[in-house]
Amino acid sequence: MTLVPLRLGFVPLLDMAPLAVAQAIGFAAAEGLQLDLRAAPSWSSLRDMLLWGQIDAAHMLAPLPVALALGLNGPVRQVDVLQVLSVNGNTVVVSQALAGQLRDSGFGFDFEDAFAARQALAEVQPEVLRIGVPFPFSTHAALVDCWLRGTGMTYQLTTVPPPRMADALNAGEIDAFCVGEPWGSVAVDQGAGTLLLPGTAIWAAAPEKVLAARHDWIEDNADTTARLMRAIWKASRWLYDPSNRMAISELLSQPELVNAPAELLDRALSGQMVISPRGETRQVAGMIRFHDGATPFPWRSQAAWFATQLACKHDLDVPASVSTARALFRTDIYRQTLRSVGADLPGASDKLEGALTHPTAVASERGTMILARDAFFDGRIFDPDRFQC
Amino acid sequence: MPSMTLHIVIVEPDESRARLVIDSLQPLGHRVTVIAEASGLARRVAEIAPDIVLIDMANPSRDALEEMALASGPMDRPVAFFVDRTDRDLTRQAIEAGVSAYVVDGLQPERVGSVLDAAIARFQMFRRMRLELETTRRALEERKLIDRAKGILMKARGISEEEAYALLRKTAMDQGRKLAEVAAALVTAAGLLS
Repeated sequence: MTLVPLRLGFVPLLDMAPLAVAQAIGFAAAEGLQLDLRAAPSWSSLRDMLLWGQIDAAHMLAPLPVALALGLNGPVRQVDVLQVLSVNGNTVVVSQALAGQLRDSGFGFDFEDAFAARQALAEVQPEVLRIGVPFPFSTHAALVDCWLRGTGMTYQLTTVPPPRMADALNAGEIDAFCVGEPWGSVAVDQGAGTLLLPGTAIWAAAPEKVLAARHDWIEDNADTTARLMRAIWKASRWLYDPSNRMAISELLSQPELVNAPAELLDRALSGQMVISPRGETRQVAGMIRFHDGATPFPWRSQAAWFATQLACKHDLDVPASVSTARALFRTDIYRQTLRSVGADLPGASDKLEGALTHPTAVASERGTMILARDAFFDGRIFDPDRFQC
Repeated sequence: MPSMTLHIVIVEPDESRARLVIDSLQPLGHRVTVIAEASGLARRVAEIAPDIVLIDMANPSRDALEEMALASGPMDRPVAFFVDRTDRDLTRQAIEAGVSAYVVDGLQPERVGSVLDAAIARFQMFRRMRLELETTRRALEERKLIDRAKGILMKARGISEEEAYALLRKTAMDQGRKLAEVAAALVTAAGLLS
């Protein structure tokens, strides 16, 4: 059988794993596809490669398609979200100087309580807190805003490419950063920073990367789209099996994929995080998810959450933004395509975000769907029908 | 005419490459500033307040420039993206050449066009040079690997160089793999066994 070649773009991060696994373990070949994985040097280049047809589909920051559709990142373009590739996987890292101040003030680095961490930060940081994020339209920026906005704390978000985060922290350009693994662990390993919080401490189930393609490309390539989605979904199921963990970190460590030591990649996969250069460890539940807890399902309420965040921050019409964003998350294609491979499908395409304080069974076609804890650090609940700033 | 002069910033750590772009733009009567450092990029560009910023698409610091379009308060000069609907051909050419440009809103397209034409030509040249370098490097590495694999076979099986090469080629053909891949596997295995 001749395989159909398909060009997929990614940015070197642990959460591109479903793409690498789909190709390397043979899920793509089983669907008649040959994935040509192309690393992009930056999110803006990845976006341009996708918009201008140099790649067919991409591993993308979940809020980026929303920002594109709202005209916040260049001319309005419609890039659709086919499925969620990963949930969580981020860390908030502080400089060694700031970590020292926090320790001196008696802060214990429990790596759990975002409320306490914020309070401790506010006490030791009188000036502007400069926080690096990988892109203006990222879950990282949204998480930091969600955590610090409106609290009276003065902070400033600066875009820093992930591989430069540790250097920027060392050089004093930034005081802290929020980024996807393995870059937080890399900073710890280089002695540049201490992990303050996992992203899960701010939002226990934050959608992180999505599989995205141009709306018109999806229309023109319905069959290829379906094959790609099935291959990626099966890859996510393979990723969920803990016995595959070592193979995953070895595979991703290759120079043409994530190009980071397997030992560092393994930390987030196992949830066993080394939080400081002195070697303290903390165990994090759900540090990164690829499959369980209905991770791949592109909940429209999550599109609505990102749209509300962006619309409030950039003074756009909130209901109009939400309605634009919801249409991008293609639950219709997901349902139609993945039922046949065994994906359980929820009764609704929206849910309350942040309402679950423990794993909860929900109505689904096969009756096997258990959603993971998704609480926000401050107990807020986002209702996609009653959004407000 | 001073009003025709554009202030162009080039973000490029490699001095000789920056020089080539400068040499193509200065004859057009433009003022060119080079930023070589990645640190504090957005802030430095904002201080210079150029009309156009050119940056290699392969430069990871490009994302820092995306903020400029956001930070436009009432006093800032609005920055438009070059990835624009107005000239799709030029945009495609630029992306294929690997150059991205950020352009202040309101510049006449024909003035931007001449700058970009010049920049695109230079970047196409860089791209070719980079590809050629990469191809040469790979060919050299593959040859070294094949030579080592031949040596291993000659010693282990007491055969001639021609026979060793023929054996490698036949194995590659039988397995549907590249000669260099088979050679690499043999060299690795031999390393483990020795």
